[in-house]
Amino acid sequence: MTKFTSAFAAGMLAAVAMTSTAALAATPKDTLVVAAAIDDIVSLDPAEAFEFSGGDLLQNTYDRLVEFDPKNLSAGYQPGLAASWKVSEDGRTFTLTMRDGVKFQSGNPFTAEDAEFSLRRAVLLEKTPSFILTQFGFTKDNINETIKATDAKTLVITTDKKYAQSFVLNCFSATIGSIVDKKTALAHEKDGDMGYEWLKTNTAGTGAYALKSWKANESYVLEANAEFWRAKPAMKRVFVRHVSESASQRLQLEKGDVDVARNLTPDDIAAIAGNGDLKVDEDLRGRIVYMSLNQKKAPLNDPKVVEAFKWAVDYKGMSDTILRGQYTPHQAFLPLTYLGELKEKPYSLDIAKAKALLKEAGHSDDVAVKINVRNEPTYMAIAQAIQGTLTQAGIKVELTPMTGKQSLGEYRAREHDVYLGAWGPDYPDPHTNADTFAHNPNNTDEAKLTGKLAWRNAWDIPGMTKETEAAVQEADSAKRAEMYRSIQREHQQASPFVIMFQKIEQTGLRKNVEGLVTGSAISSVHYWTVTK
Amino acid sequence: MSLTGTISGGRRAWLSSRSGILKLGRLLISLAVTLLGLLLITFLIGRVMPIDPVLAVVGERATNEVYEATRKAMGLDDPLIVQFWNYVTEVLTGNFGTSLLTSRPVIQDIARVFPATLELATVATIIGVSIGIPAGVIAAVHQGRWPDHLVRLLGLFGYSMPVFWLGLVGLLVFYGKLDWVAGPGRLDVFFEDVVPQVTGVILIDSLLAGDTEVFANALSHIILPASVLGYYSLAYVSRMTRSFMLEQLAQEYVTTARVKGLSEARVIWRHVLGNVMVPLITVIALSYANLLEGSVLTEIVFAWPGIGFYITNALLAADMNAVLGGTVVVGIVFIGLNLLSDVLYRFVDPRAR
Amino acid sequence: MTDHAVPSSGRHGPLAWLTSDSPTSRLQAKCVQIYLGWLGLARNPLAMLGLGIVVVLILAAIFAPLLAPADPIAQDLTRRLLPPGTPGFLLGSDELGRDIFSRLLYGARVTLYIVALVVITAPVFGLLIGTVAGYAGGWVDVVLMRMTDVFLAFPRLILALAFVAALGPGIENAVLAIALTSWPPYARIARAETLTIRNSDFIAAIRLQGASPLRIVVGHVMPLCISSVIVRVTLDMAGIILTAAGLGFLGLGAQPPLPEWGAMISTGRQFILDQWWVATVPGLAIFTVSLGFNLLGDGLRDALDPRSAR
Repeated sequence: MTKFTSAFAAGMLAAVAMTSTAALAATPKDTLVVAAAIDDIVSLDPAEAFEFSGGDLLQNTYDRLVEFDPKNLSAGYQPGLAASWKVSEDGRTFTLTMRDGVKFQSGNPFTAEDAEFSLRRAVLLEKTPSFILTQFGFTKDNINETIKATDAKTLVITTDKKYAQSFVLNCFSATIGSIVDKKTALAHEKDGDMGYEWLKTNTAGTGAYALKSWKANESYVLEANAEFWRAKPAMKRVFVRHVSESASQRLQLEKGDVDVARNLTPDDIAAIAGNGDLKVDEDLRGRIVYMSLNQKKAPLNDPKVVEAFKWAVDYKGMSDTILRGQYTPHQAFLPLTYLGELKEKPYSLDIAKAKALLKEAGHSDDVAVKINVRNEPTYMAIAQAIQGTLTQAGIKVELTPMTGKQSLGEYRAREHDVYLGAWGPDYPDPHTNADTFAHNPNNTDEAKLTGKLAWRNAWDIPGMTKETEAAVQEADSAKRAEMYRSIQREHQQASPFVIMFQKIEQTGLRKNVEGLVTGSAISSVHYWTVTK
Repeated sequence: MSLTGTISGGRRAWLSSRSGILKLGRLLISLAVTLLGLLLITFLIGRVMPIDPVLAVVGERATNEVYEATRKAMGLDDPLIVQFWNYVTEVLTGNFGTSLLTSRPVIQDIARVFPATLELATVATIIGVSIGIPAGVIAAVHQGRWPDHLVRLLGLFGYSMPVFWLGLVGLLVFYGKLDWVAGPGRLDVFFEDVVPQVTGVILIDSLLAGDTEVFANALSHIILPASVLGYYSLAYVSRMTRSFMLEQLAQEYVTTARVKGLSEARVIWRHVLGNVMVPLITVIALSYANLLEGSVLTEIVFAWPGIGFYITNALLAADMNAVLGGTVVVGIVFIGLNLLSDVLYRFVDPRAR
Repeated sequence: MTDHAVPSSGRHGPLAWLTSDSPTSRLQAKCVQIYLGWLGLARNPLAMLGLGIVVVLILAAIFAPLLAPADPIAQDLTRRLLPPGTPGFLLGSDELGRDIFSRLLYGARVTLYIVALVVITAPVFGLLIGTVAGYAGGWVDVVLMRMTDVFLAFPRLILALAFVAALGPGIENAVLAIALTSWPPYARIARAETLTIRNSDFIAAIRLQGASPLRIVVGHVMPLCISSVIVRVTLDMAGIILTAAGLGFLGLGAQPPLPEWGAMISTGRQFILDQWWVATVPGLAIFTVSLGFNLLGDGLRDALDPRSAR
């Protein structure tokens, strides 16, 4: 070797030796480093953000009028930025009293005017999640009357009809109900966009953390808000780094490069089980994994064929092996822990029964379907396992893996045969899933009710649609729960949805990390409760 | 073996001509046509994508009203030719539009991710050249004997290795088991944004800021992906060096030098290698251009936030502005480097004038 | 015909015919050339190793159903991720309990299928563009070569990625994308050859006989360009395999449950920490096969074009 190259090589070796010791060091005491797949974040504007990771980020940077207590999630919705509220006799008018002494991260005091601004702009901007608010009858033309700050402390909200009180308040706890700092937003306003362009990449809330930087597909950094009204966050800084692969997340967790790894596969969870430096947190989330059959495609609209599909899935086999610990078998559209949850699981793998049903239907060996599936390891593994059992039953299956956005296009256009995917609730009220799985007021193509899964699968259900509409107006909780259970039983029997699993989030943590709340089925991750 | 080697052939003629200015004008026009073709192809790919760019914005739950409004706002209702014209005029003013994925102007994103790729490709080239040239020289000197076969085989291994697999195995061994290097990414996360960004190349920025800790961290992150990528450059450079050396060794001046009693080492490392350096520069420039684009899979395996990583992510998310912008920029750099290697070659090689 | 051959080494028979230094027919000349090339190749142990690897690949692909101990797509969720050497799983099992060895054998079919499809599309297209451009000259040449330049100016893998993303993932689309990105070098080679052939006497003679330009290009120019294109194709094989595997790795190539090697690595990387074999075995297969093609291509070039062997 030449002098130059040997010197170069020596330099490299020295540098490597120098840094290899640094790599073993743990993360700083007041800093939380999280490895997670955060490439789904599209926008940080609370009026627009609708993906899982965006919800996590905004949970920590904003507050909502109604919130959940991360230390007691099962208690249901609690006062947030609204300290208290009153509901009128007719159930249509909500008078909310704002909390005293709360400040935005900018230093501006929080008032009812900010709340009014935030909710109105969510309606006016008409972004995807706006339906969560507009389903109460708020429109561009009436928001000046229906969402109104009567003084600095009081916000009055009027709905078009009477709804279950819990339904309304649960909706205000969704991400779209985040309260934005009006002065800051307007200071960055461009062409009357109410700060939309700026808020897509910045935050202006009262939450426990302020966003310091966000690099899409790479990382975001949060800095503690010392003025946070609930408590002083122990973690001064939170780094969330995008690491898409489980093996990579696990390696970094084992080495102490990160404190938390949020997307570990069952195999990696099993592998770290014996590691004394690590622990695993389990949390039942709201996500439902299902397969649906397009009712426009014969013979998938034959009830016997539909039922055959339901018997030709190895629910238990999958949840014991490839999904071990991360998905629990579940066969109703409301997630467990929701009001009206249904625990009955009538279906199990029974190839003979599936074959018999196909034979009865006169389709013993001529059913051939394409299953559209997201090209992600978990869904691909589920799809391939289902392909295996369906083939045994005599159904020919072709898998078409697609990126999330690709498969959605066909799905929304009602062009798929079978779609395999997941649905997560939009707000912590049973109506969120009932509305999509069991509500289809107009089954024509022209109706384009693309937000509803029942419509996407061309499932015409005038009767169930009425039942769903009735359930959302029922004020008595026990009665309401019973209504949802009865809808779900009927849904289990008749629907073209093969509902299979509910998600259990398994989070890998360094042993010294305490108090991380991942949000269960109703909320999202909270960092301010974490200590190390 | 080089793909780009054949590119340059067609453009060489112009510099040798006497009416250089005229030829230069023609070259510029042909470059412009090439660029326009590049824009057209990327644009057409963007239009036939089965991924709906509107859906990429509005997401799964959007109602049809939201969908239609967004579609209109994105200008997707215009006729194709109008959309293309809009695109070209925007690009000429340096505006690639806004990325859906990052909600930022694409040009800003590229300014952020491009230095990462540049850094990776540069370190890879340094590794490839600093090992590849001596290896090529040794092979030429021992032509037909075992060092020659060894170098040749090593080069062929480089051409045959799936880079993503080599990267995975490298990560497993050197990061996972041996703990010699840092893991995926450019820096440990809490070192990010510690040093002020001047060039965007962390190795340089950290030195400018005098922060050795960040420098060491960045170095331990880059060394593995750069070595994996540099292997390709090594294979190419060693092969070309060997071939150039053999050509020179047959020349008369070598015999003369030997007869004059100069030491063999001096003859080879000084005189012969000195002459070989001229054509080698163009080889290095070409391999550099290839690395810039060849780094896509390496970047994905190592979560290296460079332009290949950016374009791939954008592609999968139907973020067409980002894809088009990224591809155009890589295309321009690619063309530029090829041109540069041609010019260099003409400039330094007297025979070629 | 053998009667007229002058034996070069005093021997008679087919060998003599093959080694003649004064062939009497075009066929014989061609055969002599091929035979001498083969002799050169056979002297090169590395090239023979490469040839051996390629032959094994082809045999594995042809006889996969006979050789494979198991169905490559039959799952058994209770027997997943078993290490190599487990009874019934020579190279272990993957995440769905499928036999990796069987998948590897069937994967050889996928790989060969891709290579074969690319090889019969890209060079043919390149040849057509190059010969037409070279023969016609003028603005046809300018337009066609400008088109070639545009495609060459693209980063190859990114262009292939974009094509597959546009056409949808799948084996045929991957082939199409690879072909679309790999034809330009062939066009350049063919054009260069055509330019030297175009003005030769025999082409002029054929032209005088009144042959149409199309006939001249297809019947006389293209065959003469083929040999240089073939050498280039052999050298490109490894690149094709690697690109296909890269697309498979990104989930854009052959689709499950097809046992494509790149896709196998992609799923295997989830398990690389504990079950190294799931990703490592197909990786080694890709490496071995592309090394085989590289060795063979290298040897072929040395044998057919001794100048470059230096």
